[in-house]
Amino acid sequence: MTASAAHGPSAEARRRRLVAAAFLLPALVLLGALVVQPIGYSLYRSFFDRSGDVFVGGDNYREIFADDGIRTALKNTAVWVVLAPATATALGLIFAVLTERVRWGTAFKLLVFMPMAISMLAAGIIFRLVYDHDPGRGVANAVWVGVHDTFAQSSAFPKARPGRDSPLTDAGGGAFVTREPVRAGVPVLLPLVGVAPETLPGGTRTAGTAAAVPGEVTGTVWQDFTRGGGGATNVVDPSEQGFAGMRIEAVRDGRVVDTATARADGTFTLSAKADGALLRLPAVNFREAYGGVQWLGPALVTPAVIGAYVWMWAGFAMVLIGAGLAAVPRELLEAARVDGANEWQVFRRITVPLLAPLLAVVLVTLVINVMKIFDLVFVIAPGAVQDDANVLALQLYRTSFGTDADPGLGSAIAVLLLVLVIPVMLVNIRRLRKEGAR
Amino acid sequence: MSRSDTAPATRPAAGAARPAGGLAGRAAGRLAGGAVRVFLVVAALFWLLPTLGLLISSLVAPADLNEGGWWQVFGAPSRLTAENYERLLANETITGSLLNTFAIAVPATLLVLALGAFAGYAFAWLEFPGRDWLFLVVVGLLVVPVQVALIPVSELFGTIGLFETTAGVVLFHTAFGLPFAVFLLRNFFAEIPRELLEAARLDGAGELRLFTRVVLPLGGPAIASLGIFQFLWVWNDMLVALVFADSAHPPITVALQQQVRQFGNNIDVLAPGAFLSMVVPLVVFFAFQRQFVTGVMAGAVK
Repeated sequence: MTASAAHGPSAEARRRRLVAAAFLLPALVLLGALVVQPIGYSLYRSFFDRSGDVFVGGDNYREIFADDGIRTALKNTAVWVVLAPATATALGLIFAVLTERVRWGTAFKLLVFMPMAISMLAAGIIFRLVYDHDPGRGVANAVWVGVHDTFAQSSAFPKARPGRDSPLTDAGGGAFVTREPVRAGVPVLLPLVGVAPETLPGGTRTAGTAAAVPGEVTGTVWQDFTRGGGGATNVVDPSEQGFAGMRIEAVRDGRVVDTATARADGTFTLSAKADGALLRLPAVNFREAYGGVQWLGPALVTPAVIGAYVWMWAGFAMVLIGAGLAAVPRELLEAARVDGANEWQVFRRITVPLLAPLLAVVLVTLVINVMKIFDLVFVIAPGAVQDDANVLALQLYRTSFGTDADPGLGSAIAVLLLVLVIPVMLVNIRRLRKEGAR
Repeated sequence: MSRSDTAPATRPAAGAARPAGGLAGRAAGRLAGGAVRVFLVVAALFWLLPTLGLLISSLVAPADLNEGGWWQVFGAPSRLTAENYERLLANETITGSLLNTFAIAVPATLLVLALGAFAGYAFAWLEFPGRDWLFLVVVGLLVVPVQVALIPVSELFGTIGLFETTAGVVLFHTAFGLPFAVFLLRNFFAEIPRELLEAARLDGAGELRLFTRVVLPLGGPAIASLGIFQFLWVWNDMLVALVFADSAHPPITVALQQQVRQFGNNIDVLAPGAFLSMVVPLVVFFAFQRQFVTGVMAGAVK
């Protein structure tokens, strides 16, 4: 190929070079002006201050590690790099292996791969809705609250509390307890106030006065409030409502000796064991309705956004791994099965080791991708928690283009981002060289 | 070779091994199969429900949205309405932004294809000093994050008057699409049999003629994959547009992003808007699945 060049540039060789230059020039000019030159300029700019006039040396780089906000971004980017690629790759591997065993595997793959085609903005809006705090809107909390309420009953009287001159007093932890011990045969009055009539549980009836029964502790727990006024304090007035379903515990020396649940009219009966005990209304009666998890609160926002990312990119891993899996010789797996290996052993000992190089490629691709993550965090994290969800690329954007822009610091972050991907750049080049040598 | 040798040998053995496993083994196998199916169904729900939720929300009138979650629509299908879409399509900001997205994505795709094919051909078949070295540089540029160029290019565009213009966004996307395009097309073109090119050269075809008559037609599949990949990439971009696009004529991603700040009060705009932005990518995805997958896979090994 260099035969003509070796004999000095002939007219023919010169013509060829011109042709090559004509083919290459448009691409090289654009790459040079908009990709290569910016790398150099970012590096240069990162040593100057906000205005660009004052040389500040490494101050901008020191700032990256000193500034609390940027440190959060660094920390979160690290969390992303550790969690997101591994999760997406693992799920992709599992899906690729399992879809080979069902007839609708292709449809499943299509469904899981589909998010790759849509924008991170659209995916962000989709997940903003999924994670909405209102269980009547966000499906994540709807499911969570549904499961929670199946196992832990929610209370009917979250706002109930003793009124003035009540025989009940605060027992701490949200419970209330009688001031005096109760006696068998003397009906107990447990008046509370503060529950809106329309929030009382269904089946509630007008409160009744408990009859005195010898050898038993009886009483009434009710809403000691007459609508429109006129009711007397600590008296069961005719139009007042019983607290149906209220749990009552008899406590002696700190131990629960008996329990009861109020009937529809608010009356209850405890055995003689309650004689001389204090009556307690445990906190479970007054717990606020469970509102679910703050998915997009400061603590969970990063894992939540990572979840959305995995939703988008597991399909990518699945398709690549699926292609690798198709190339695994079937006889190898079949032979292992004949030798008595179970499916897990085949997967663990044969499939995964054979796919290891491919898994590494997928993982590395996702790691690069994750380091640059911007849109998803920007869209899903509500304004108030963006500081908590911050990642490097988002910080770069905010530093460089906000109202308070600092292009010097922004350039330093850009250089850091570039340095983080350089190892991958070198691996790519080396791999290509090896291929060229072959 | 090994495949044809061993396959017949293992098949009868496998057939013989199965009955030996006995009823218990078969029952365990069926149980495992059931577990796999259950797991995949649950996973499918996880992948389906988020999108379905937004789709249904986009079809519920704003007044009804506060009545309860979108899943309650299954009990009251009469709540579904195209009202939100009608309102959105009458909203010129949104329809205009959709056109802006086209105005960015189509030229940015065509430019990458053209420039990438020219350069790919040069790297594959033309001889010039420093060719291999230059190609390695291009491959190195594959992983450069766009973020690195945001500040420098916005200053550059500022001086030459391209800042906040569609042309600027198109050029930026073209530049950052080129390394992958050159890489992919060069590798594909290099596979073209040398004899084909030599024969055409002997017939007196010039390089340009060779390129358009031999290389481009043969490179069709790679060019298609690359085109779809690049088109979707640019269509779905938000960051580049956020920085460089004309804020008076933003693409759909930026137009919708500006709405996200009031999330909660404007689901009737955001949900149908997001779907409107997804229509084109999804149509492209379903129509050109194979090419898209090829493009994604080629991109992964970058």
